[in-house]
Amino acid sequence: MTSTKKDPVIVVLQLTGGNDYFNTVIPYNDPLYYDNRPAVQYRQEDIIKVDDQLGFMPTMGPIKNLYDQGKVAVLHGIGYADSPRSHFRSMDIWHTCEPDKVGTEGWAGRLARELDPNKENVLSAINFGHGLPRALVVPGVPVAAIADLETYGVLTGISDDQQRMKALDLFARMYSPAVGSGMVTDYLRSTGMEAMTGADIVKVAPEMYSSSVEYPNSPIAAHLKDIAQVYLADLGTRIFYTQHGSFDTHAGEAGAHPTLWKDVSEGISAFFEDLHAHGTGENVVMYLFTEFGRRVHDNGSGTDHGAAGAAFAIGDAVKGGMYGQYPSAKAEDLEQGDLVPNYDFRGGYTTIIEDWFGLDAKPIVNGSFEKHSFL
Amino acid sequence: MSNKEVRAELAHLMRRAGFGATREELDRYEAMGYEAAVEELIDPPSDMPAGEMALLLRYMPGCLLPGGVPLPGQYNWMYNMITTQRPLEEKMALFWHHVFATGNSKVDNCDQMLEQLVMFRKYGMGNYREMLVQLSKNPAMIYWLDNNENHRDAVNENWGRELLELFSMGVSNYTEVDVREASRAFTGWTIMPKLPRQPFGRFPWAFEYLPEDHDEGEKTFLGYTGNFNGEDIIDIVVKEPATARFICRHLYNFFVADEVQVPAWTIEPARDEEALDMMMTAFEESGYEMKAVLQVMFNSDWFKNARYSKIKSPAEVVASTLRLVGTYRTPEPSIPDIGPQPGYMGQSLLDPPSVEGWYTGSEWINSGSLLARINFVADRVADTSLPGVQSIVNDMKSAGVSTPEELLEASLEHMGYLEVSDETRQQLLDHAKAEGNMDWTNEDATSTRVGEMLALVGATTEYQFG
Repeated sequence: MTSTKKDPVIVVLQLTGGNDYFNTVIPYNDPLYYDNRPAVQYRQEDIIKVDDQLGFMPTMGPIKNLYDQGKVAVLHGIGYADSPRSHFRSMDIWHTCEPDKVGTEGWAGRLARELDPNKENVLSAINFGHGLPRALVVPGVPVAAIADLETYGVLTGISDDQQRMKALDLFARMYSPAVGSGMVTDYLRSTGMEAMTGADIVKVAPEMYSSSVEYPNSPIAAHLKDIAQVYLADLGTRIFYTQHGSFDTHAGEAGAHPTLWKDVSEGISAFFEDLHAHGTGENVVMYLFTEFGRRVHDNGSGTDHGAAGAAFAIGDAVKGGMYGQYPSAKAEDLEQGDLVPNYDFRGGYTTIIEDWFGLDAKPIVNGSFEKHSFL
Repeated sequence: MSNKEVRAELAHLMRRAGFGATREELDRYEAMGYEAAVEELIDPPSDMPAGEMALLLRYMPGCLLPGGVPLPGQYNWMYNMITTQRPLEEKMALFWHHVFATGNSKVDNCDQMLEQLVMFRKYGMGNYREMLVQLSKNPAMIYWLDNNENHRDAVNENWGRELLELFSMGVSNYTEVDVREASRAFTGWTIMPKLPRQPFGRFPWAFEYLPEDHDEGEKTFLGYTGNFNGEDIIDIVVKEPATARFICRHLYNFFVADEVQVPAWTIEPARDEEALDMMMTAFEESGYEMKAVLQVMFNSDWFKNARYSKIKSPAEVVASTLRLVGTYRTPEPSIPDIGPQPGYMGQSLLDPPSVEGWYTGSEWINSGSLLARINFVADRVADTSLPGVQSIVNDMKSAGVSTPEELLEASLEHMGYLEVSDETRQQLLDHAKAEGNMDWTNEDATSTRVGEMLALVGATTEYQFG
């Protein structure tokens, strides 16, 4: 386990839609890359070389800078056997760690439960965005969802202070747990209570925050800035979750893919710069994943759903470098035209849960899986 | 049945088949009777128009623009939900948007999304086979699922796969080969003009069939072999029993009671297999007529008994609240603000998270979305300057509402004949009792008090159910 003075924290950044692995970490010396990508390829001279085999796609410059500082680990060939090539199902599998049946509990929600078993902090895990990803959903585990940090509270429309106090008092009674009110109502009640408590605590974050770091103007940068504010307010949040997309580049990939990675790379760079400017951030690891990679051969304009992908771990505590093997792109090694995963995605989670949080990963990811030594 | 029970049943029908009903609207439906109300919803007379688009366009010429922030299409649609006199037609458009989820995040052509809604309104209560044909030719859908990139010599499987997985049969009822063959049958189904977005900007699209780009080879699909074109695939698909089950289960989940999420449908039995059987029989015996299924469903006992067994979707929360408080009946200048409201609760209209649409039921609820729902409703029903709230206040005044008990009963009635648990009733009553009887000589303070009681009713757990 890595030792840090502060409690370890993770920021999960979900690349929604299926990021094109073959076009993100590119085997730029492999003729098969150029053969398979007549329409959707980056030119060799634009690819940011990492070693004599692999390079990052052109708009990942800010991530390459972090890589050069030894702060970025790339996990190759990540995925699971028999990819269903459905966004819905594949994202569910990544969220629940259940490739063979429909799971109802998310891995990050389970991690939150282990980190705060007595539910002492309703802000242990927060999604930044509208709605909750299934990864964070476990019945009975409080998780906050903050679309916008600036406006967050219960019955904020009742302007008379005394009346609002009375209304909040009634609200607390109506949403306090009760026996026999049914599963859905129980869930509503606990969610209402968490919302009320969380809103009270979290409102200090934007009040305390000031920074000289300019974030770029993109939705992902806005979420990462909100995460930085809550992290810097020291409210005990251990799991931050957000997403960006859509990486579902069936068509027009040459235009869309560079923009997506520009926004992600610049946002991440500003985020760590902000934490460092505040003299902190050493207990933060960011983990980027996507539900699947994309088909090796392009379809003339984009790429269809595939299998193996790449995950990234970024942070001061990360042991940077390339982990695992890039799957073979030779025609005879592909399955239904896709790179074959050679590293189980639950191994990435296991590394984080055991080597970063110091917990037993087996009950969280449903089994034992090979780790990489990036933490 | 008591008068109150009849009204509660009609209020339930209107929450599900529409976007709620005001007291006046309930008076009219009550005079007609339940079955006649269902008939009118399914076959609205031509003198009951859909949303007043001409009026919206006159005040807000930007409402048809293909782009902008907030997305003009979102307030355009919300205005339609609020003003339509054909509520089931609009509700069915929302149903199909849930099932045939198309997103402006990629389409980036909001007027084409609105064209898709026009298509949903026109065919949404018609024949399902015809609906699939229209859907296959819908430009927003073609672009969304890349069928314009599906060529004779370079097959793109996106549309072919989702047609089977999400729009008709459901996963595990076909093979990867079937996906491939269906996709081949839809080669050449494209849109024109396909000019690049830059530097010309957006262009309206139209469906175009290019015979020279269509794969004329033999295809084998679900055991049938022939030189199939797209419509042949649809003919085969609609007759599959899996399709009847999948579409009727969607209808049940949307209109009757919350089901498990779609990915679990291959594993979990339906919430009410008997109800599903009745719907499937109506679907198949009528030759896939949506009206036949809707009629059986709304008139059934299992529908009438399913009150408050669904969590309201964000679109329902927003549209029904705005109808209740009577705002935006004409296009007020701030109308663009109402477009993104469902998005703040997790349902960004015209922009679902993916082609799988939204998870429904309890998945609508998390701490952020619950706050957004409660605050949206509370802010509006507590605002006694709004016409609908004023009319509730006047109603209570002329009915002589005086005691805390009467205030609570009247508030629950006006908030959609809401039925609450004994415990919630007692808590609300204790709160009301602390302020004593109503004093109508001080009308401002008493109006405010009514508004606050409506807001608190809107903040109950019960109000989250529809």
